Amino acid sequence: MKIYIRSASSISPQETFNNPLFLNELSEYPNNRLTCIEPDYNELIDPKLSRRMSRIIKMSVASALSCLKDAEITNPDAIITGTAYGCLEDSGIFLANMVEQDEEPITPTAFVQSTHNTIGAQIALLLKCNRYNNTFVSGGVSFENALLDATMLLMEKDTDNVLVGGMDEITDMSHTVLSRMGLYKRKPVPNRDLFKLNSKGTIGGEGAAFFLLAGTPSKNDIACIDALTTFYKPGDITETAQQVNSFLTAQSINCNDIDLLITGNNGDTRNDEIYVQLQQLLFGGIPTVSYKNLCGEYPTSTGFALWMGANVIKTNSIPAILNYKGTAQNKINKVLIYNHYQNTHHSLILISSC
Amino acid sequence: MDKLIADLKEQISVQLKLKNIKPEDIGDEEPLFGAGLGLDSLDVLELIVLLKQKYKLKVSAEDGPKVFRSVKSMAEHIIAKQVQNV
Amino acid sequence: MSATVFVAGIGVISGIGNNTSECLNALEKGETGIGKITYLQTNHRGLLPAGEVKLSNNELAVLSGFSPSVNRTAMLSMIAAKEALDNSGIKDIPGLRTGFVSASTAGGMDKTENFFTNFLTDRSKGKLRDVIYHECGSITAIVAEKLGIRNHVSTISTACSSSANAIMYGARLIKHNILDAVIAGGTDALTRFSLNGFNTLMILDEQYCQPFDENRRGLNLGEGAGYVLLTSERIASLLKKDPYCSISGYCNANDAYHQTASSPDGDGPYQAMTGALKMSGLRPQDIGYINLHGTGTQNNDNSEGAAIERLFHPHYPKMSSTKSFTGHTLGASAGIEAVFSALAVQKGIVYPNLRLQTPMKAFSFVPETTFSKYPELKNVLSNSVGFGGNCSSLIFSKL
Repeated sequence: MKIYIRSASSISPQETFNNPLFLNELSEYPNNRLTCIEPDYNELIDPKLSRRMSRIIKMSVASALSCLKDAEITNPDAIITGTAYGCLEDSGIFLANMVEQDEEPITPTAFVQSTHNTIGAQIALLLKCNRYNNTFVSGGVSFENALLDATMLLMEKDTDNVLVGGMDEITDMSHTVLSRMGLYKRKPVPNRDLFKLNSKGTIGGEGAAFFLLAGTPSKNDIACIDALTTFYKPGDITETAQQVNSFLTAQSINCNDIDLLITGNNGDTRNDEIYVQLQQLLFGGIPTVSYKNLCGEYPTSTGFALWMGANVIKTNSIPAILNYKGTAQNKINKVLIYNHYQNTHHSLILISSC
Repeated sequence: MDKLIADLKEQISVQLKLKNIKPEDIGDEEPLFGAGLGLDSLDVLELIVLLKQKYKLKVSAEDGPKVFRSVKSMAEHIIAKQVQNV
Repeated sequence: MSATVFVAGIGVISGIGNNTSECLNALEKGETGIGKITYLQTNHRGLLPAGEVKLSNNELAVLSGFSPSVNRTAMLSMIAAKEALDNSGIKDIPGLRTGFVSASTAGGMDKTENFFTNFLTDRSKGKLRDVIYHECGSITAIVAEKLGIRNHVSTISTACSSSANAIMYGARLIKHNILDAVIAGGTDALTRFSLNGFNTLMILDEQYCQPFDENRRGLNLGEGAGYVLLTSERIASLLKKDPYCSISGYCNANDAYHQTASSPDGDGPYQAMTGALKMSGLRPQDIGYINLHGTGTQNNDNSEGAAIERLFHPHYPKMSSTKSFTGHTLGASAGIEAVFSALAVQKGIVYPNLRLQTPMKAFSFVPETTFSKYPELKNVLSNSVGFGGNCSSLIFSKL
């Protein structure tokens, strides 16, 4: 069954929010941390309602409301979010408070908002949406599970449209901890040069992307989701290639039918080796671009990738900042997004023109 | 009393993140809940924490509505309790 | 889409027992698992009771096969999920597409708390091994790995209704023919984070909780894990023993009233129950027993009670809150209560609502106060309500 993307909205380290131009200019970051470019929330969310909201909540709510507006939907039939880390800032505030105050009275708001489903709940509260509301916290496939849940709902009865979002934030604390774990490059690397170096580690990113998905077409659909799948810890590259092949076969297509491949390279040699091997085994000759030099690495980055892929189809163009050197097809009909998060969670999302 | 009221307004503004309202714009007897500042049950709990942390006062959830009627009622409660403790 | 989803296996660990038979035994004898906090290191020891699992981390490590340095949430998950897997007998069937859908609210917070104590004084301090499994999703992953499950691994976190949503998601993955079998439920260890969090909300009872009592004072937290193993009709027919029951209806709805408080009329729970009934094709009078969310807070029991009154008046089913035994186990509660519900419908039994002295005056129904046999029991409704207005109801039906 085809799923129609009626609208897509993204707040990211690039000028992606409410910008009619599609990735026309690279926002540059000198070091290993990419931070979202945030809009003026006062124009988007009633200040009375936003006063308690942390940064990730505001980014997500703004992105969600904008997405609904673009789709001309006032109240969706379901709200589904995916976030690996949840509301880190509030969790950190409450934890620090609890330790510093030695379990004496501490502020309840941070605790309440540390709950992973806060974003989905806040959107429901703002819209007075009584319908289905779910939140996935499945690490590197949190957003994909939200998408899968949405596609199943659209195939079931009673659901015409679903608001789906993926979001994660970096906080000072999480950046420090993830740096100590060796996730990021040891020396500062500008995002412009992410794919130019052969070294370990990536650069950190964040973002909030929302989509209004529907089971029936409308005149303004920007792209369609044909299929998606996830797989966990494949044994070796052969198994990964098999997974990709059987995914394409199930859609009755092969690699040659893909007009553009979007891969999750993140500049870490250990990580990118898998993409290199797959290029040799499967994807050789297919126009390919990567996206994490734009948004950084984070577990729900495929939200950004889907926003980008859908807009590539809608505009029938590959933005120059993606550094694509080859010649693109005249008409970009099918885009495959393949990402893996630290070689544990892998995902494939196939989208096409409607 | 005036100093206490001014302090409280400042502290309430920070604790409840009232970014769009200046502390001095909160009226002494303006209702904090309901129509007034539009605060809710979670804010009651925040104010209970505030009084405990800054004034070492324990307010039960049941006494909340009475004590937190306005900034002035909060100040009066603090003074009354401090007199009791002397 | 496959029509029916069956419960073919169950597994549970909670304050009243380390496996299904121990828990059932305690439910039958009316023995609560709530008591003084003895395992969690907290200043609230002796002041706030809780329903702890009566095993140290070292003892849990032996039972689960994990190293004691792994967080408690993962060890609880492993023990209950493995029980559900072994109990089902699906291991005898080769080539199944099996998934693991687990829910949690605290994740690895019990270890993160230790990390933070050192980390806050110096950002280069704190053992990294205490935070590598901080994320809820990473706990599901390490348990899935130990269980040998790779086809689908996902995690849901919607506060106190988390594991009901995990069970719904698991059932739907089977109906859509994406998987043949799913272990679905949830896990949560008692942590200082949640204990202090609920304490700041002033809804913890300093005595043993009394759900649906006129004079109730709040909830007691608990910990544990509970999973049901769900299969399609085809797989269920290949198994040596009969399934426990079917899952005939489910629904998630949002109260959309307040971030933490439930609406006075119980709109959310009402819609969740109504939706589940509609899906199952059952009428309210077909429900024989409700396993209540019943936390024991003023707000929850008022709201849930109002919803039940609206839907069932004047023909009330039997009902009780088993949180009077286990405490509120947050992300694990609907998983644990799904196991209790499956047993209730299979065995025709109803559990008591402990310590009920004065039924709530606002309602005309009275929860059960004794354990009883109820052979005519055909359908059990299990309710869950979480922060953010997240309300879920599941219906377990006799085969």
